[in-house]
Order: sequence, then C-alpha cells, then structure tokens
Amino acid sequence: MVRFLIRRLALGILVLWLITVAVFGLFFVAPNNVARALAGRQATPETVAAISHRLGLDQPLWKQYLDFVGNALRGNLGFDYYHQVPVTTILGAALPITISLVLGAALIWLGLGVFNGVISATHPRSFTDRSLTAFSLFFYSTPTFLLGILLLYVLYFRLTLAGHTAFPAGGYAPFSGGLTGWANHLILPWFTLALVSAATYTRLTRASMLDVLGEDYIRTARSKGIRERRVVVRHGLRAALTPIVTQFGIDVGGLLGGVVVTETVFSLPGLGKTAIDAINQQDLPVIIGIVLFASAAVVVANILVDLAYAVLDPRVRLH
Amino acid sequence: MALLEVRDLKVAFTTADGVVQAVRGLSFDVERGSTLAIVGESGSGKSVATQTIAGLTRGAKVTGTARFDGIDLIGADQEVLRGVRGDRIGMIFQDPLSSLHPYYSVGWQIVEMIRAHRDVSKAAAQQRAAELLTLVGIPRATSRIHDYPHQFSGGMRQRVMIAMAMALDPDLLIADEPTTALDVTVQAQVLDVMRSLQERFGTAIILITHDLGVVAEMADEVVVMYAGSVMERAPRRTLFYRNHHPYTEGLLASLPAHGGGGSRLTPIPGAPPSLIGLPPGCPFAPRCHYAFERCWGAKPPLDIVHDDPLHQSACWLPDDAQGRRANLAALTGEGATTSGTIASGTTASGTSVDGATRVGPAASAGVRP
Repeated sequence: MVRFLIRRLALGILVLWLITVAVFGLFFVAPNNVARALAGRQATPETVAAISHRLGLDQPLWKQYLDFVGNALRGNLGFDYYHQVPVTTILGAALPITISLVLGAALIWLGLGVFNGVISATHPRSFTDRSLTAFSLFFYSTPTFLLGILLLYVLYFRLTLAGHTAFPAGGYAPFSGGLTGWANHLILPWFTLALVSAATYTRLTRASMLDVLGEDYIRTARSKGIRERRVVVRHGLRAALTPIVTQFGIDVGGLLGGVVVTETVFSLPGLGKTAIDAINQQDLPVIIGIVLFASAAVVVANILVDLAYAVLDPRVRLH
Repeated sequence: MALLEVRDLKVAFTTADGVVQAVRGLSFDVERGSTLAIVGESGSGKSVATQTIAGLTRGAKVTGTARFDGIDLIGADQEVLRGVRGDRIGMIFQDPLSSLHPYYSVGWQIVEMIRAHRDVSKAAAQQRAAELLTLVGIPRATSRIHDYPHQFSGGMRQRVMIAMAMALDPDLLIADEPTTALDVTVQAQVLDVMRSLQERFGTAIILITHDLGVVAEMADEVVVMYAGSVMERAPRRTLFYRNHHPYTEGLLASLPAHGGGGSRLTPIPGAPPSLIGLPPGCPFAPRCHYAFERCWGAKPPLDIVHDDPLHQSACWLPDDAQGRRANLAALTGEGATTSGTIASGTTASGTSVDGATRVGPAASAGVRP
C-alpha cells in the first residue's frame, strides 16, 4: 500500500512537471506582448524594453523556466505582471470561493443523484423511474450559463421585483462573515452546478444499482429474510458505489481547478473567473499558478479515488 | 400433515416475446426431515418453483398454494414471507462465490442473518457464527469469521453458505444446485455436510439438481420436472429401478454407467421446448421415442402407475413393459403393416392406443433397437 502510494505520488509529480513545461511552451509559442500592453499606447521602445527587463521577459526561455521552477520549489509562484501581487496570494484569495462552491454543489448533486438513482433502479421502468430520468436529462441538457441566468432571473430578479429579496444577485460572502450570508450567496450557484451534474449521477447510480440488484448475493440477502431497505442500501448500494466514487473524485478534482461558467454568471471571484481574467491579460505567472493548482487537484483526486477503492472493496485491500 | 404441501403451482412471466409459462401446475409434498430432489434440465422450472415458494420471484403471475406448516406462502404478506425466509426456510445456491457478498466478511453475513430474526447481541451472534462454521468443517473458525468470501476455496464457501442457511435451525433447507459449481472432489464433502446437519437438526431438504448421482446419494423422494411440469414422481429406488416416464428413462440413459467404460452415452435428442405458447399435448413428445398420436393431442395427467400410490407418472404409455414394447414395435413397425393390425395388436395388449402411426419428426429419430 505504501509502495503504491509512493509510486502514484511520483507519477503525479511527473505529470505536474510536464504540465509546467507545456504551459510555459505554449505561452511563448503564441504571440504575446505583455510588456507592450503594460507600457501603454504612447510608450517608447525604451520603456517597453525596460518593462520587459523588469519582468524578466528578455531572458532566454530556458532561464525563465529554470527561475520559475526554482522559485516554485521554494513555494514562490512569482508575481502577477500587472500589480506585482504574489500569485500564491491571488490563489489563496480565490481558492476558498471555488472550494465552497464545488464542495457544496458536490454534496447536493451526490445526494440528489444517488437518491434518484436508487429510486429509479428499485422501480425500473415505472412512472417514477421515467419521471426521474426525464427530470435529470432536462437539467443535463441545459447549458450551465442558461440555468444560472434562469435561476437568477426567477429567484433573484422576479422575486425582488415582487418585493421579496431572498437571494443576492451574485458575489461572495466569506464563511468567516457568518454561515447564513455565505450559504445565501452560494445557494443559487450550488444548484446551478449541482442540477447539471446530478443527471450523470442519477444515470450512473441507476445503471450500477440495476447491475448489482441482479447479482446472486442480493438474492441471498433476500433469502436471509432481512428488510428490503437493508437489502437495497447495505447490500446493493454498498456494492454499487465504486463507479460513483470514481466519477465523484474525477468531477470534484476537475472542478476545483475552477468553475468558469458558474463563477462568471454569479460573479464569484473564484479560480475559474481568475483564470479567465489572467488569460485575457496574458498574465503568465497567474495562469501557470492556476493550471498547476488545477492539475494538482486532479492528481490528488485520482490518488484519493484509488485509496477509496481499497476502503470500499476488501478484494482490493488485500492484494 | 407434510411440512410443505405444494398444490398446482403455476408461475408465468410476461415478457416482450409473450407469456413464459415457467411452472405449469406443480404439486409435491415435503415431509419433515426428509429430502425431496427436484430433477430436470436447465429451464425446466425447478429453481423458479422453489424461489416462488420462498417469495423471491418478482414480477410473475403466481397461482396455486404452498402450505408451509399451515401458512400459505403464495400470496402471503411480504412481511410474513420475510419472517419465514432465513428463519424457517434456509436457502443455498449454485455458485457460492457470487452468492456471498464480496464486501462483507463471512462472519458479518452470518451475524446479519441471525440478528435479522433473533434479538441477540452482536457478540452472541458472532459466537454462534463461529460455532456454525466449525460445525460445517471450517478449521480455525473463530479467526476465519473475519475473512472475506474470496479468501475461501469453492468448497469452503459453500460450507459457509450452508452454515448461514442453517444458522437459525430452519425446518426446510432449499438447496438449489448446491454442488454444480464445485469440483467433483469437494461435491461429496459438501453433500456430507448437508446430510450430517440434516440428521442433527432434523431439517427437510428440497434438493434441486440435474445430477442424478447427487439424487442417488441424497434423495428420499424424487420429482422429475420437464418444461415446467412434473413428469414423474417416485421414491428414489423406484425412480432408479422401476421408472415409468420416457424422460426419466432418457435421463438415466444419458448417465455414464458406473465403472462400465467404453459404452457410448445415450443422449436425449433435441432440446427442451420454449415455454412461450406451448402446444397442447405432452411437452416431451417431440423428443420421445415412444410418442404416438395421443401424446400430441392432450397433456397426460400425473397418475399412479404400477399400482404404487407413491409412484406417479404423467405419460400415456401403459404400465407394463410388455405393452410398452408392443407400443414401440407398433411405432417402428414396417410401413407395410396396415394401421388396422397395429391398432388391434396394441388394443390386445391392453393399451388405450388407437390407430397408432408414426407422428412427428422426432418420433422416428434415435429409436433404440
């Protein structure tokens, strides 16, 4: 188990290193003119050259890269080009927002998806099953931005016009400022993100549960005279969890890198929105910082998924 | 009163292709402490029938009665059935690896069974689980209850299944092909375990199998099923030595003779019929050497043969071997013989055959000399 972990971590670090190379390479392959943009329209070539020099952009690429890696290993991801704010500070400010958004939404979609999936699977081809399928496919095929805007329109705009301000228009209230304000600012983004993802989990849970409920050990469980609810949950769902956990790990890991659309619609300054802004401004240090964090989140999520297998399945645990 | 009295059990499933008549009027009794074997090919309805009795069949149309110690299990309340299952009727299945839950230790699975029906502490249930595992011959049971099914061999897993099924000392054990998935070498051991527990607890067993060797080892009484119906029902010895139904005869003939090498096996030609929209008549007729006109017209009822009230067969053929031979001769007789003579000949030997002719394509196939 320890050897497995070490191998996975080494592999993860290799992936992260390759990603820095790729991002660095891509950035300089594409035409960029950060110094020019910073200097402004009227700047003389000397000013531009001076800015280039200050940002280190006049150095050869390999040297810029080595400097970056050297600093990164010491926990310094550099400074953004425009305000000279440490990238780690920018990440630190955006991260809690994205984490709040993703984990809250994840709990909702997981609960909703698994519950609906189990209900569907235990009543296959029934009216309930078909309604739940229709319900989940409806949200699945709705674009995130549309759903977000619709929720805002109905639950913020129309409701406020009607004299009930239940939800804010957008923005973020930190957790430290009180649970209610925090949750109130996040409810609409949570549901926007969760409703779109819940469909995947409903379908996945349904399919996995249908497979499992056809297994011989479910017949054995019933032949033992235990209650049906226990048969479905303790025997069925327990065995059906593996693909759900896999998908969950991949999704959460992926989304932690930034939820671009939802964050933009609800003006949440999380990683996704920060990344979009940085890309628009060609702010390389910030882009690399976010890409690195996003990749690390995926790598770690995958390792956690593998560890979860061992927790879930004794056959994996013992080999 | 017998422990279990099944009368005219019918089970039908509605599928996209039509209504599948999986069980078509099954009746049998199981006496306390005795073993009833239900024999038949795959798809003969033997598993469906017993699972229906235990209330495990879903989405089927079920009629008939199955009185278990006075309670009719067919159409009984789910809660009643749940109380009976596990507690009074234990079940074991063909493949012990897929029948045990892969994610829980065997001890956990036995404890769950005990605590579903008895208000005992976890520790007491665990103690009982270890005792049961010892009883079925699993060494170092107190430590092995923490092991998972995949850590046991096939034979050991089936012992675990038996231990679990017998945990609450049920009146009836339904064993659905308990040895089919096991190595030949461990089959006998598993049967031994079942038999010793049966003697110890006085359990009745319904043994579903297609292995006549297992029947010879275990059964007191045998029911032979084909296409959802009972073909023959007899005590074990009678079935092996004085069987009546051609299907039983065919099953026995397709067994390798014990120790007698060299001779060819005699298979039953053809395959079991589809259970959707079965034609009238005997379902075995298309594969029967002896089939004659009457077999195609009406399904024979299960009736006493050889004047033995314990021996019943669903076949139009006469009881005595002589009449039977005459019948066969009539069927295979040369084309030159007029049907009139055949008819008179067979009537003379006391049968109810009238105007026998070769009917159906299979009737002539594989006729033995």
